[in-house]
Amino acid sequence: MTERIDNCFNKLKLINKKALITFLTAGDPNYDLSLELIKSLPEAGADIVEIGMPFSDPMADGPAIQASSLRAINSGHKMEKTFEMIESFRKNNSHTPIILMGYFNPIYNYGVRNFIEKIIDIQVDGVIVVDLPPEEDNELCDALESANVSFIRLVTPTTTPDRLNKILQKTSGFLYYVSIAGITGSKRPEINEVKTAVQVIKTKTKIPVSVGFGIRTKEDVKRVSIFSDGVIVGSVLVDIIKDNQREADIKNKIVKTVKEFASAV
Amino acid sequence: MDKLNSYKLGPDQNGRFGIFGGRFVAETLMPLILDLEKSYQLAKKDDSFQSELAYLNKYYTGRPSPLYFAERLTNYLNTAKIYFKRDELNHTGSHKINNCLGQILLARRMGKTRIIAETGAGQHGVAVATVSARFGLPCVIYMGAKDIERQKPNVFRMKLLGAEVVPVRSGNATLKDAMNEALRDWVANVNDTFYIIGTVAGPHPYPEMVRDFQSIIGKETKEQILDQEGRLPDQLIACIGGGSNAMGLFYPFLDDTSVKITGIEAGGMGLQGEKHCASLTAGRPGVLHGNRTYLLQDDDGQIIEGHSISAGLDYPGIGPEHAWLKESGRVEYIAITDSEAVEAFKICTKTEGIIPALEPSHAIAHLINIAPNLSKNDLVVMNLCGRGDKDIFTIAEHLNMEI
Ligand SMILES: Cc1ncc(COP(=O)(O)O)c(C=O)c1O
Repeated sequence: MTERIDNCFNKLKLINKKALITFLTAGDPNYDLSLELIKSLPEAGADIVEIGMPFSDPMADGPAIQASSLRAINSGHKMEKTFEMIESFRKNNSHTPIILMGYFNPIYNYGVRNFIEKIIDIQVDGVIVVDLPPEEDNELCDALESANVSFIRLVTPTTTPDRLNKILQKTSGFLYYVSIAGITGSKRPEINEVKTAVQVIKTKTKIPVSVGFGIRTKEDVKRVSIFSDGVIVGSVLVDIIKDNQREADIKNKIVKTVKEFASAV
Repeated sequence: MDKLNSYKLGPDQNGRFGIFGGRFVAETLMPLILDLEKSYQLAKKDDSFQSELAYLNKYYTGRPSPLYFAERLTNYLNTAKIYFKRDELNHTGSHKINNCLGQILLARRMGKTRIIAETGAGQHGVAVATVSARFGLPCVIYMGAKDIERQKPNVFRMKLLGAEVVPVRSGNATLKDAMNEALRDWVANVNDTFYIIGTVAGPHPYPEMVRDFQSIIGKETKEQILDQEGRLPDQLIACIGGGSNAMGLFYPFLDDTSVKITGIEAGGMGLQGEKHCASLTAGRPGVLHGNRTYLLQDDDGQIIEGHSISAGLDYPGIGPEHAWLKESGRVEYIAITDSEAVEAFKICTKTEGIIPALEPSHAIAHLINIAPNLSKNDLVVMNLCGRGDKDIFTIAEHLNMEI
């Protein structure tokens, strides 16, 4: 539901805080740990939980998220299991917005209508599909909009003013500003350039603008949250799964990192 | 044929051939793709662009390639008159150069200063490295680490030509992953970089653009067969990886409905398991690399790595126009196995003194299979789109021979 996202940003605004949005891939490194990690995020300070639907060919992602997708697929993860995880998460949490993120093929293969019915049923609030630009709106975006689920748009450093207007025509929840021209977890953003870009966007829309791609440190989070409405972190969390063998270490380190970031937004 | 019923109208303004094609790319790439489309549409109508391309095709590549009556193979099979369209005689040894020259002229026109490409067998990579050397532009070729092992001579050729060959280890480390990596490079280097895609796939306008550049194959064939035989052929046959040599031969004939057209996919070790690359005959529609088309995928929509003895056919997708031509019924698609292709390779080599690449060997194998059912009065054209020098190691291994 779009409302859950709107409420989240509105509440934060009242206390002068910004949203911390955390990305993890569903099923990485396995179903049980992944579910435990995702359940632990709100308490650690995540305001919005973004869950990646694994895909074999994530063309906009860097090595960290590619590897994460592969770990999930190799552990036997399937689309249905992502939905099961979300159902389980919602049993104890009805306030944290959930955003599904991924590529179009697994959704198309599942059936667009089935997908929409399913995510309404399990209370997903928004969807990001990397390879569906406005030119392909009739594939999924239009139907989601009628179903009151946010289709979260990406705006990038290459987006021209004309395109920005086009993108803003149909957008809800929040706008995702991609801070670099590149893939996830690669270059580090030039915060000053990001600031200028976000300020331009904010003159054109009232919708919250969150910034992601390449944000890895508490310092980044702090600086970006000054001029944006939300900060998205992904690769830095996913790398913790890659770099640690023991499940307890993975969980402790992810919670610790999210807490640190939460104190900076 | 009236306009409404023409098979040659695609793509529409959204890059669609029926439901296939489109522009399924990240927002970062969208402005570039729109810019590319605009530049290509202008270049297409520009006489100076077309005449420079025609000049290079003639004097650099050596076009037109002959339409050759394969008399000994015809007699050996005791069948219809078989013609080879000899694109294996092109500079660099395959049809890939036709497309690369067109795209690099466009890159220069757009002021781009850096070239990137993906390659599987290395034929496209070699053609890109060649035109990059010819135009003095730096180029980076993405190639699966496994393919680098399988195709060493082509890797060496690319390096000699001055290309940087980057091994891709992500995913399954083959062609589809090389294409992912090239797209990732492009997203990160949007200002100066031109991506030369090697087949009729990718987001719009690539399928249209590559088809147009390859259509010289079919245009020449039509003139040559009319000149040599005084009539159109009865059948066209071409192998299909992504589908560029086939689209190039087929396109000018699509509205000549008396001409039967058949595309040959890689059947690998047979269509029962996953050891093949027959996306049209054994896959189903999905979205990958910027377009909707037939794909090899599992129940969950994850892309499956195919298998073919020929690295150039080893791609889990297929150009969207072929997907549409299949569904419209205009073109028939059939799979040929590894062993059938190797047998055909041997027969062609011995009867004609032409060592074909393993890719068109699939098309020859189909010819051999249908030979008993053809009338001797029929004319059949097969696209001999590449020469087999690159494949001698693979063949030796398959036949347990030492080189
Ligand atoms: C000789 C040859 N034929 C065919 C192909 C397959 O590509 P396409 O189907 O685009 O012609 C390749 C690709 O590397 C090739 O090298």
